[in-house]
Amino acid sequence: MAEDPTKPPAPAPPSADQPAGAPAEPSKGAAPNAAAGQPAAAAAPKPAPPKPAAAEHAPKAAAPTGPPDPPPPADLPPPAFVASLQAALPGTVTHVSYWVGDWTIVVPAARILDVARHLRGAPDAAFDLCSDVTATDWPARAERFDVVYCLYSTRHRHRVRVKAKVAEDQPIASVTPVWPAANWLEREVFDMFGVNFTGHPDRRRILMPDDWQGYPQRKDYPLEGPGELLMENPLDWLKLRQANEEADIE
Amino acid sequence: MMETPTIHHGAMFDTNELVLNMGPQHPSTHGVLRVVLRLDGEKVVDADVVIGYLHRGIEKLSENRNWTQIILLTDRMDYVAAATNNVGYCETVEKLMTLEVPRRARYVRTILCELQRIASHCLWLGTHAMDIGAMTVFLYAFRERELILDLFEEFCGARLTYNSMRIGGLPQDLPPGWDKKVLEFCRIMDGKLDEYEELLTHNRIWLERTRGIGVLTAAQAVDLGLSGPPLRGSGVPRDVRKDEPYAAYAEMEFDVPLGTVGDTYERYLVRLEEFRQSLRIIRQATEGIPEGPIVGKVPRLIKPPAGETYHAIESPKGELGYFIVSDGKSTNPYRFRVRPPSFCNLQGLRQLVRGHLVADVVALIGSLDVVLGEVDR
Repeated sequence: MAEDPTKPPAPAPPSADQPAGAPAEPSKGAAPNAAAGQPAAAAAPKPAPPKPAAAEHAPKAAAPTGPPDPPPPADLPPPAFVASLQAALPGTVTHVSYWVGDWTIVVPAARILDVARHLRGAPDAAFDLCSDVTATDWPARAERFDVVYCLYSTRHRHRVRVKAKVAEDQPIASVTPVWPAANWLEREVFDMFGVNFTGHPDRRRILMPDDWQGYPQRKDYPLEGPGELLMENPLDWLKLRQANEEADIE
Repeated sequence: MMETPTIHHGAMFDTNELVLNMGPQHPSTHGVLRVVLRLDGEKVVDADVVIGYLHRGIEKLSENRNWTQIILLTDRMDYVAAATNNVGYCETVEKLMTLEVPRRARYVRTILCELQRIASHCLWLGTHAMDIGAMTVFLYAFRERELILDLFEEFCGARLTYNSMRIGGLPQDLPPGWDKKVLEFCRIMDGKLDEYEELLTHNRIWLERTRGIGVLTAAQAVDLGLSGPPLRGSGVPRDVRKDEPYAAYAEMEFDVPLGTVGDTYERYLVRLEEFRQSLRIIRQATEGIPEGPIVGKVPRLIKPPAGETYHAIESPKGELGYFIVSDGKSTNPYRFRVRPPSFCNLQGLRQLVRGHLVADVVALIGSLDVVLGEVDR
């Protein structure tokens, strides 16, 4: 059971995409096919019951190493700003993906600031509103975090998602110089995932207490909280707290 | 802690900045918002907005619940507009699964969303006016909000946390005669709006307290990542209902009110006009509601294929977005992220309060219309 969960998710949706994309609307074409993938298994009564049970335990057995990020179907060209980004900054777009109507570009973490400047400044992109900055944790992967920027252009009314993969301690430049709106959003990503943003004007925890240990949204962080991990020796914890308070008073 | 630098006013007297802590238990901070103000006399020099007192880890919890159970958790974010949260979440999952939602369900969603917008704006208007000192409006606005809660109670049995949506459609059809009551409510509300306006719009005290307070230009508002009425108050024509229509908004006729100056007064005017536009949408949707099924073809076991998506809707506070990643194998989302409009709008508070008086801080918090349940999640 352990080997099959790692394999199918990546190639399955794109392969469902390509043959189905015969009519004008590829997303609609992909939909029934992809959705049919699961009920097809349910249609045969015998193998159906063990399947969901196995699926429930699958994430614990073999953690997925990333979203499938299917490439766009052949008859759907990427939006123009992707081409102009590639022309202006060669080597910044490592992958273009299209899924249920959303365009995603994957960029190297080291060049995120260049990409951000271009996407905000270039007239055909003009992504002036930084809707969201968030992250996804894939602990099984070497570069475990996907930092995701959801961008919107109030001029062209289009959207794009930019993704950068970073390892646990790998620095990634803050995009606050380009979009001041990213300030709190990046603070939250730092707070919840421990992504190492550099050049951030105010990198503090935002939702958790300042003296919190660990990063709650990571997959290896227990749902119930650190529990005994933190309270193993409550005296230590109190001492740490007291020291912090004294430092504050001074 | 913050250092308190000396301010040089003249040759003779030097004063120190005063650090004033406001909240988290302060009646005007609408919940548990804490603002650390640095004051020069009565003037705010800088502010540090501290949040997180209501953090319940809804994102983390949701990643450990199945797809249907999460609807219940979304109620607890923006708890004065729970139905909007439900709709946003269900639509995101439907987008991920590419489910077709029946037209009747989409119409009912539109009606619920707009009723919810009016209820949320009623709460905003009442508390905002009370912060500034107008007690009467609070009583008026809550009286009308009660009517909406009654409508919701009749539809789904709850008055605050509705759990009123299902993935693929609605939990139940509208109760008989409900649409008549909605139209009756619209009729009542029309008159009440004039009452609010009579109390506030030309009220001298209201004008003095809100005009020119917290001015944001369009470029500043976009830079700060604002959305919803605070963004539109600055004159940016951005409304998810128009730009990326969801539910049945593509079939509705309505206008997006815009401000020009971008001060507290215009944010107030924008929201008041939104009341009227919401009533217009509710009337259209209620009169044109089609017959038909209320749930689409939803598989028994909800398990979206592997992939990720971001879907936004226009909540009463602004752009409410959900970013959801499914690994295609488990019955819970791999990553569940909410882009809360209140969180992003509250970020603008620091810039808004600079240079204003302490008394204006409560007006500005009110004009952003934040709900801390959503800020902290």
